[in-house]
Amino acid sequence: MSNIPENLRYSKDHEYVSVNGDVATIGITDYAQHSLGDVVYVDMPRVGDKFGTHESFGSVESVKAVSEIFTPVAGEVVEVNEGLNDAPEAVNNDPYNAGWMVKVKMDNPGEADAMLNAAEYEEYLEASS
Amino acid sequence: MTSDALKKTPLNDAHRALGGRMVDFGGWDMPVQYTAGVIEEHMATRTRSGLFDVSHMGEIWVEGPDAISFVNRLTTNDVLKLVDGQAHYSAMTNENGGVVDDLLVYRFGQEKLLLVVNAGTTDKDWAWITSHKTDERVELQNASSDYCQIAVQGPDATAIVQNLTETDLSAIKYYHFTTGRVDGVDAIISRTGYTGEDGFEVYAAPEAAEQLWNKILETGNYGEECGILPCGLAARNTLRLEAAMSLYGHELGDDISPLEAGLGWITKFQKGPFTGSEIIAKQKEDGLTRKIAGFEMTEPGIARDGCDVYVDGEKVGVVTSGSPAPFLKKNIGLAFLPPQFAIDGQEIKIDVRGRQIAAKVVPTPFYKRSK
Repeated sequence: MSNIPENLRYSKDHEYVSVNGDVATIGITDYAQHSLGDVVYVDMPRVGDKFGTHESFGSVESVKAVSEIFTPVAGEVVEVNEGLNDAPEAVNNDPYNAGWMVKVKMDNPGEADAMLNAAEYEEYLEASS
Repeated sequence: MTSDALKKTPLNDAHRALGGRMVDFGGWDMPVQYTAGVIEEHMATRTRSGLFDVSHMGEIWVEGPDAISFVNRLTTNDVLKLVDGQAHYSAMTNENGGVVDDLLVYRFGQEKLLLVVNAGTTDKDWAWITSHKTDERVELQNASSDYCQIAVQGPDATAIVQNLTETDLSAIKYYHFTTGRVDGVDAIISRTGYTGEDGFEVYAAPEAAEQLWNKILETGNYGEECGILPCGLAARNTLRLEAAMSLYGHELGDDISPLEAGLGWITKFQKGPFTGSEIIAKQKEDGLTRKIAGFEMTEPGIARDGCDVYVDGEKVGVVTSGSPAPFLKKNIGLAFLPPQFAIDGQEIKIDVRGRQIAAKVVPTPFYKRSK
């Protein structure tokens, strides 16, 4: 059973967003990390890069597969999780905390509200399984 | 294709019970990994032991007075060099000098050979072998469904299997085999493998598969998070890649010659003609236009199968297998390169989803076990 924290917002591409003011912390969900298997490399953007909604901002690679990650919200990258360079396994072990990927200053802070809430994401997972 | 249409090995239920993540592998419903994950499984095999279900592999008996000459005519290695109880790696070639399949040839006797072929090519191989039999006095039997095959690989493998058999395993040299009993079950016990480790491949009746599998897991377990781990196809692939062993459909194929694949060491021209041998010999004389080389990434990034390889801005080759190497903790791969670039230290760039990432040619195998 996937871990789906109540306080986060979710995309159908299995990214999560944690909102703090106008800054969104983005990573991939517990379901996504489990599907991928052992993460060995996370390719991330640079601070200052700007992305529109649903643009590919990087990729996460497991031993077997590579999966693109998309920005669920538009904005400018203000911080990337450099810790993942040395410890990409944090995406598997602790996707919602140590495994976060980027922080984005949102162009439209309301955009995250339109994403799935925890109950809706859980339903989405059940429907697509 | 639904999972109902996939072929299953006798260990299908066992894989599911162990939390195996099942995938369609060439028409077979096989575990790509278990709950430990590919890195743990890989490391277990390098440092302790790993257990692999390879029952999907094909087994073909060749029996009769002309068994040796028949197989010698169809394959590149020299079957006359085998003694009873010995096996060798070989390639079955086509008229154009390409590879129909790579295989193991076991000599049970002067008139009895066993060919062990890849799962995905078993039907093709069977059709090829039967249609290329002329007036040779051989009987052919596709016995693929008569056997399960379980591989125990890694530093602990010998001790584990020895616990279950009265056969003296120390008497079986690498690439040799014997018949005996494992846990009371009649088996072919072969000191072979596809991981770069020492170990055994055990062939037995499919009805005995679960018993052997569970008994080996039980015997190989000691302590918590120690001992043997069941390993899926993902670990099998990363293990063989670290050992720079070829995978059919990647480094080998119908339009790839054994020389291009780096299998000159099993291509024995002096034994006399075999299918495609003239073309392959001419290729050797004229020089190859491409050959398999090992590389490692020197910048962050993982090359994957099919990525293009560049030298000085020009496309010169293609990656045939690329992956993170869990034991070596590097990103490695094999690629076809023109011979002038297939030189240790050669700097190359690999196009990874539109970005050129630096890599260099390195010697193979990437991993060699200490003996």
